[in-house]
Amino acid sequence: MVSPGTMAAVRASGAVPNSEFLLEAEGVRKEFPGVVALDDVQFRLKRGTVHALMGENGAGKSTLMKILAGIYTPDQGEVLLKGQKIRLQSPLDALENGIAMIHQELNLMPFMTVAENIWIRREPKTRFGFVDHGEMRRKTADLFKRLKIHIDPDIQVRDLSVANRQMVEIAKAVSYESDVLIMDEPTSALTEREVEHLFEIIRDLRSHGIGIVYITHKMNELFEIADEFSVFRDGKYIGTHASSDVTRDDIIRMMVGREITQMFPKEEVPIGDVVLSVKNLTLKGVFHDVSFDVRAGEILGLAGLVGSGRSNVAETIFGVTPATSGTIAINGKEIKIDTPNKAIANRMAFLTEDRKETGCFLILDILENMQIAVLQDKFVNKGFVSESALTKVCDEMSKKLRVKTPNLSERIENLSGGNQQKVLIGRWLLTKPRILILDEPTRGIDVGAKAEIHRFVTELARDGVAVIMISSEMPEVLGMSDRVMVMHEGHVTGFLDRAEATQVKVMELAAR
Amino acid sequence: MNTNVTANDAAGHGTAPSRRKLPPELNIFLVLVGIALVFEVLGWLFAGQSFLLNPQRLTIMILQVSVIGIIAIGVTQVIITGGIDLSSGSVVGMTAMIAAAFAQSSSWSRVMYPALADLPAIVPIAIGLLIGLLAGLINGALIAYTRIPPFIATLGMMVSARGISKWYTKGQPVSGLTDQFTFIGSGIWPVVIFLVVAVIFHIALRYTRYGKFTYAIGANVQAARVSGINVEAHLVKVYAIAGALAGLAGLVTAARAQTAQAGMGVMYELDAIAAAVIGGTSLAGGVGRITGTVIGTVILGVMTSGFTFLRVDAYYQEIIKGAIIVAAVVTDVYRQKKRKT
Repeated sequence: MVSPGTMAAVRASGAVPNSEFLLEAEGVRKEFPGVVALDDVQFRLKRGTVHALMGENGAGKSTLMKILAGIYTPDQGEVLLKGQKIRLQSPLDALENGIAMIHQELNLMPFMTVAENIWIRREPKTRFGFVDHGEMRRKTADLFKRLKIHIDPDIQVRDLSVANRQMVEIAKAVSYESDVLIMDEPTSALTEREVEHLFEIIRDLRSHGIGIVYITHKMNELFEIADEFSVFRDGKYIGTHASSDVTRDDIIRMMVGREITQMFPKEEVPIGDVVLSVKNLTLKGVFHDVSFDVRAGEILGLAGLVGSGRSNVAETIFGVTPATSGTIAINGKEIKIDTPNKAIANRMAFLTEDRKETGCFLILDILENMQIAVLQDKFVNKGFVSESALTKVCDEMSKKLRVKTPNLSERIENLSGGNQQKVLIGRWLLTKPRILILDEPTRGIDVGAKAEIHRFVTELARDGVAVIMISSEMPEVLGMSDRVMVMHEGHVTGFLDRAEATQVKVMELAAR
Repeated sequence: MNTNVTANDAAGHGTAPSRRKLPPELNIFLVLVGIALVFEVLGWLFAGQSFLLNPQRLTIMILQVSVIGIIAIGVTQVIITGGIDLSSGSVVGMTAMIAAAFAQSSSWSRVMYPALADLPAIVPIAIGLLIGLLAGLINGALIAYTRIPPFIATLGMMVSARGISKWYTKGQPVSGLTDQFTFIGSGIWPVVIFLVVAVIFHIALRYTRYGKFTYAIGANVQAARVSGINVEAHLVKVYAIAGALAGLAGLVTAARAQTAQAGMGVMYELDAIAAAVIGGTSLAGGVGRITGTVIGTVILGVMTSGFTFLRVDAYYQEIIKGAIIVAAVVTDVYRQKKRKT
């Protein structure tokens, strides 16, 4: 066992211990109450490579990475850094040993500036021991220049879009000059342009000998950026291959253990009357003059670059931020929706973009998370909640959505991102909505669960629900939508029918 | 918070056999038993007699903390929503003063409202509750509809209410209260009232929609809003209830002392918050149970009574009490953290 102090000294001396692998995990086991997250897994990261981790939700990828980043400790097994056994006690430990991680859920402090966030705990100090803000700004500017990022270092993080926050996280991790960089779904909030930018950064880091672990669900990214990949399934290690050696179907088969024939089961569904009609909807300073209709059984895709105002439109329609002008009509009747309660009363449902911030009640359990919306007008008698009836429907919904959990009393924060999303979808499905707004419903979700969710959405459409699906994933938008509405900087730039919609046309409208 | 064993057995799907979850209060109950036993042992060592096997002492112990307990029940709910209420003690004083003025007997020499002497007890009681409710409503409205942090808003009420208590009779105590009124503070009535309040709100938090919404707001206020909860209206309700309970505590205090003084209730809010936190309520919000708060209240009572029993100097009492409060909370936080990873 080598102490972190010794490791630091070795690193500082510049000597490189003789080992083929930068980072290794051997025989690692990790259990949580009721769930075996990792069962005798192994992992090897070579110097100067991009190594992708693939697997369904709950397969154990994030858990293994959290062990490598010092957030969890393994119940059994060993971690080796450059051939030396090491026991990481905390994320700080990992950082000091040259392992930096960018998490799926962003870990920035909203009320501090970009520069303060990046240099937290390492702030440059003046002679008198005070923080040298000028130097901090300069260092940030240098870092951004090197990475070709265009963000003002003095902006407070809470004023940044989700995509820009992700770029800040990436810059922060890179600034640690670590040997190992672990990225957990780094592109989930990024547009194609930004993804390409990130790949440039990764290629540059790789050429300097840094080992990068890349967790993703997106197959095309794997083929584009990864040199090799490892597959996990149900907490077990399946295998490692070079990305040039396999096909897409091979990978899917390894991940789910079965064939998935169709990604997006789009069926022809009878489309009925107009259910939701939005006219000249405006939220001053955010979006203007947005008009569109959605019919029963129709899936309206909402495409556009990050920052185009799609989520804002959704939040306004749902009453979270009421419109400053314009009308919303449901089934022909004009209704003023100024609170989410009103929206729910009119059979609307809204799955928000950021499940950590506005979706999950992290410290509550699955049952409590799932039942919260339907309690507005059902399962309550004179103020008292019908616990057993509720538990029953939540249990059925949980099984139907195939939420991976031993029981409903599990804290939702212990679930993987994809399973959390399923619980939230269950929350809204329980209210039996007629209008369903989904904001990036499959962000950070694996292939298997993604297909399941798409199947549910199609089922709902068949039942006559009008669906609005905001998505930044082109295949998803094109595959699922009957019509696509494209937005750009707060305006609607165009509509495309399913037949005529192509990636090129959507991008044209999105960038106009 | 939710030990839904039926959900466990009914669901059952998954890879591992479901384990019956121990109620979280078990830990704090063991702390209570531990502290009591410590005093028992110390009692035999230093005073040559039993601490616990004395029904009179036990009764007085619980009586003394009943008032704090009533306040703590309200404050627990406020803390669960992620807020805090610093005004409870001052509301106790204000309510005691104002209500007592309507509970005076005509046989007393200095009656504040001579025309309103000898009123049936229900009048001062109603007035007391309403004053507390009003204070809570103001707190809640300020916190819900402006961006003022709960700490500041209730601090303001704390100062104002104390000011009103002092101004009301220019510092004179209000005495000569009717027997009908002081009845609610006599015998073991304070304990009964405390327990009834505890049961009512235990049921409310566990089994009603009001309870679910309270926890949801504390866990994630934005998600609560998106899920259709009228967060503002709910917060007003929670603070109003806390205020009303502080009012009730004020009534019991005045009834028990058979007088009302402007300085009544000083520091009560801190004891109440301590009771809630010892009992497992998290200041971060979303976590807390009435059963825990009751145990926390009893722990405070045992400590106060125990120190008096051992003839510990009053000064040492406060210091040791503070240390024990911190220790109890640290142990609980540590145990919660361990459960996560």
